[in-house]
Amino acid sequence: MSRHQYIRNLDYRDAIDEFEGYAEEEDELSPEDRALMTAGTIDVQAALGVEVSKVTVAQIEEALWHYYFDVDKSVTYLTTKFINPPPKETKPAAKQPHGNPFQSRTSLAHVFRDMPWGNVPKHRETTFIPPPMARLGLLGGSGAAPKISKLQALAAARKKKAEEKGATQDKMESARTKMNELSVGDTPAAREVPLAGAFSKRLKTSESTAQGRVPLVLSEPTRSEPSQSSSALVREPEIMPSVDKAPQSMFAQTLFGSHADVFHRVPQESYSLYADLPPSVLDAFTKPSPDDVVLAAQAKAGKKTPAAQPKKKGTPSADAVAGEVGELKISDAPLPKSRNFDVLSEFEKSKSKKTASFVVVGHVDAGKSTMMGRLLLELKVIDQRTVDKLRREAETIGKTSFALAWVLDQRSEERARGVTIDIATNRFETEHTAFTILDAPGHRDFIPNMIAGASQADFAILVVDSSTGAFESGLKGQTKEHSLLIRSMGVSRIIVAVNKLDAVAWSQERFDEIKDQVSGFLSVTGFQQKNIAFVPVSGLQGDNLVRRSTDPAASWYTGPTLVEELENSEPSVRALAKPLRMTISEVYRTMQSPVTIAGRIDAGSVQMGDAVLIQPSSEKAYVKSIQADDAPVDWAVAGQNIVLHLSHIDPIHVKVGDIICDPAKPIPRADTFTMKALAFDFLMPMQVDVHRGRLHAAGRIETITALLDKVSGAVVKKKPRIVKPATVARIVVKLDQLVPLEKGLRVVLRSGGQTVAAGLLE
Amino acid sequence: MRFATKRQTFEAIDEDAGVSLLIVEPEDMWHANNMISVGDVIHAPAFRKVTTTTATGSTIGKSVRTNLSIKVKSTFFDPLASELKVSGNVINENEWVSVGQHHTITLKYEKGDIKFTIWKSHGWDSVALQTLREAISEDRPEAVVAVVMQEGLANICLITDFRTIVKQRVESTIPKKRSSAKDSAGGMSAFYEKTLSNLRSAIDFTVPRTLLLASPGFVAQDFRTYMQSEGARRADKSLQRIAKDAVVVHSSTGYVHSLNEVLKSSEVQKTMHHTRFTTESTLMDQFYERMRKDDGRAWYGTKPVEKAVAEGAVGRGGGVLLVNNAFFRSMDVGTRKKYVGLVDKVKEDGGEARLLSSDHESGKRLDALGGIAALLTYPMLDLDEDDEAESGDVEYSAEGTTVI
Repeated sequence: MSRHQYIRNLDYRDAIDEFEGYAEEEDELSPEDRALMTAGTIDVQAALGVEVSKVTVAQIEEALWHYYFDVDKSVTYLTTKFINPPPKETKPAAKQPHGNPFQSRTSLAHVFRDMPWGNVPKHRETTFIPPPMARLGLLGGSGAAPKISKLQALAAARKKKAEEKGATQDKMESARTKMNELSVGDTPAAREVPLAGAFSKRLKTSESTAQGRVPLVLSEPTRSEPSQSSSALVREPEIMPSVDKAPQSMFAQTLFGSHADVFHRVPQESYSLYADLPPSVLDAFTKPSPDDVVLAAQAKAGKKTPAAQPKKKGTPSADAVAGEVGELKISDAPLPKSRNFDVLSEFEKSKSKKTASFVVVGHVDAGKSTMMGRLLLELKVIDQRTVDKLRREAETIGKTSFALAWVLDQRSEERARGVTIDIATNRFETEHTAFTILDAPGHRDFIPNMIAGASQADFAILVVDSSTGAFESGLKGQTKEHSLLIRSMGVSRIIVAVNKLDAVAWSQERFDEIKDQVSGFLSVTGFQQKNIAFVPVSGLQGDNLVRRSTDPAASWYTGPTLVEELENSEPSVRALAKPLRMTISEVYRTMQSPVTIAGRIDAGSVQMGDAVLIQPSSEKAYVKSIQADDAPVDWAVAGQNIVLHLSHIDPIHVKVGDIICDPAKPIPRADTFTMKALAFDFLMPMQVDVHRGRLHAAGRIETITALLDKVSGAVVKKKPRIVKPATVARIVVKLDQLVPLEKGLRVVLRSGGQTVAAGLLE
Repeated sequence: MRFATKRQTFEAIDEDAGVSLLIVEPEDMWHANNMISVGDVIHAPAFRKVTTTTATGSTIGKSVRTNLSIKVKSTFFDPLASELKVSGNVINENEWVSVGQHHTITLKYEKGDIKFTIWKSHGWDSVALQTLREAISEDRPEAVVAVVMQEGLANICLITDFRTIVKQRVESTIPKKRSSAKDSAGGMSAFYEKTLSNLRSAIDFTVPRTLLLASPGFVAQDFRTYMQSEGARRADKSLQRIAKDAVVVHSSTGYVHSLNEVLKSSEVQKTMHHTRFTTESTLMDQFYERMRKDDGRAWYGTKPVEKAVAEGAVGRGGGVLLVNNAFFRSMDVGTRKKYVGLVDKVKEDGGEARLLSSDHESGKRLDALGGIAALLTYPMLDLDEDDEAESGDVEYSAEGTTVI
């Protein structure tokens, strides 16, 4: 077999085994070396003379190899090392595998023998805090397969193990105590005193986490520790023959523990590198590596393929490994960087401002965007200079009055045409609340976008154009449709901003007339009178938005300004404890992650490192980082508008309108659903568009199961041919594709550019 | 499709000799699919793989082109490739095949006219004749191309007289506006580019075609502008011409079912006069309009329509029966006869009977209504009464307390 073939057929595991076992293979010396070795051995034996009986041939050979067949140096080395060793050297490096040229390495093990390899007491373990921009997983690769470095995996496994230990500690305690009785106990009193003095404080803090293996050395009568393990350790001091070794410094003791503890556990007959690893760690290497375990578990969870059993020579039975894999349950566990917050309690602790979002709706050209632009200017979220710049730009295309609207309408199509096309979001804060503005488009073609905005809102501002004719046409148009929509999306609080009152000279009659009409149809729509507020404003001038109108003609109005009304509005109750649901309203690519999504958490909470599931693609991803209000945060809860940076997912699986959910409690996918619908128009078996937030899917009403009583919900008529407007019916809708849907969701049905029904999924 | 012989006419169909037809365009396969039903006999050219054994025992396999007659067991129509696969048992033997062997004939349009002969198992009834007439009809407008789009979604459709073929669905994610990044223009132009290249590859623009661009908002308009600028940039004369002739129409969504709105619009009515599609679409709209009024002159579902037809309510002066053509295809004889009977009765009464293609959007709307609907000449109320009572009775006994 050629070398090339050898490399090509190289098995990773074999290579590892080979590496571990190269002691057998690498001792083949070339003939020349062998000849030199033989000659050298004879020379050394001759040079050593009578002392030759104290060293073995192997030791000589090793020394020779080490000193490149320099006989003199070898002799010196052998003499100092084996024949006349310094007093502290008790055990010669004997019984090493024959002539291993790398044997010199093992001397390292000797040096670090009393290091508690992989057995760091829990209280000394470092807490790894990931740097904010840290990349997850190994460098390189596309990130398709969630790959974490061995180190991370080991850390995770160790952490896990430590936790498990904590749980089973009581049982293990007795056994461990016994073990200690047999082997440890050697704590010379001379060393105890200073330690007890200097470290008493420290020990107290660590006693809760102290485990049997932690070599707590305490002076018995002065302190009786509540920790069973440590007290047991101390109370039965057995005097063991003192070991001939340099006394440990106090620092070393603190770092590594009492050397006696470690020393006695080491089987000294032969040792190799990491000889004194605790059995748990040694076990870790006879079993599949943590990497394999993670990958296998993930494969098992994700694709239902049988866990890849790594074939290893001399591993314990496959069942045991499988059992272990099962126990680990790493697949759904957050990545190691997760801080495992209890988000709900964190949320209760944090006394941050209330967050609330509101949608601004109304007929096209009612002045929604302009009003919000003015509001942001008055609240100093944007500065006058920006507005002046926009005004100059607007002047160049002859639309000066649009300058304020351009604060929110940033797309070139929106500016060129002077209409809002898509939802624009912006933020401002008042004394008590942080508000998110969702500026909705008023044009009927963009109602899907408006629905998306309304689904993210706690309450709504309905902007009504008070100028003659405009109000009337708006009432027939989107003023009405928007009110219907926001009500059916579950928004119950509405503030009506009667806009452009400056154009009608702040006429109170006009205001009252509009108020009567609008409150009339709003209460028909289902808004309660107490949840409706009216504010006369001028969006362009900014009267009654933040500051009171200075116009004497407007002095008749003494009620609250728009911002005051906003502050009076209580955001709806959040479903914090429910499983995570978040509708994706935007997907884009950023420096932090190629899959960055934005949206509002509908229910539940999310934290950094969490595993999440994207529906309907059913792909899993991890939350790399979270941003709220342009600042990185560790967690977020329902009601917040956030940006998530995802990792371990291909952008192809993430679309606008998809739902991010808890992998343990995913939202089901369906293409047929039954809903209780309130008809706004005639319903019969027909084609409809189904809207749910950003989700927009084509489908049709398959059957109308029953007409229902509006109040009691009882069946009035079975299988009606047609559903008349303003009646409630139970209908079955079939969609063209699978979409994430669950009971209790609010959906809107549209057909031919008209909203025909809205209702709840059953 | 054409008759294979000049002497053949609709009036004189010899049941024994069968009807021989020539496939002259891909669209014919759709008609053939409507015409051929289970139990019919088809004689058509076919390829048969024949294995011969030589004296030494070695086998030679080869494909033989031969004419076969099969009794149809099933048909499969591939709308995108315009291929009709007809499976059945061979009924007359020849050199290569023996009687009773199974064979699947693939009928498709090829360069040389393909001739096939059809014998209907139950004779040429009125519906079969109507299908044949449609298939033979000479003057057929060129297929219209429609791109129904919205932000991030475009459906490229080819609307022929009888069906709508969604040639390509283009989907891409458009980054929405955020305060941090201001240009979604990049996303949109990438989307337009994708749509345009798909449009050019999916549709043959060498023959002059009407191109309809439909969308809510400004997407279609912007796409047209994009095509124009691309045409100018690439100095592509044909693209410039396509862009110039494109008609921009409003639709409420970018989904295929918005084609109904597109075809209703005045811009389209101006360019496409008498296409079957528009007529059917209008009829469906008329039906929904009547349903809204709830004046008892519009009914859907088999039972009410049957009753109305039996009463003679679908007759002269505006009576229209709308039936999905799928009802006449591969169905058991009894059911087919029932529906043929309905169609004949309506024609007898002087009404109009329309077979809507389920491959068209209007047909799909009819499908939603159960595949059959009727516009009545006079109001009839409570056609669904006993129906209701029956099912209601069952419910009563089951639930007992249901309040109606």
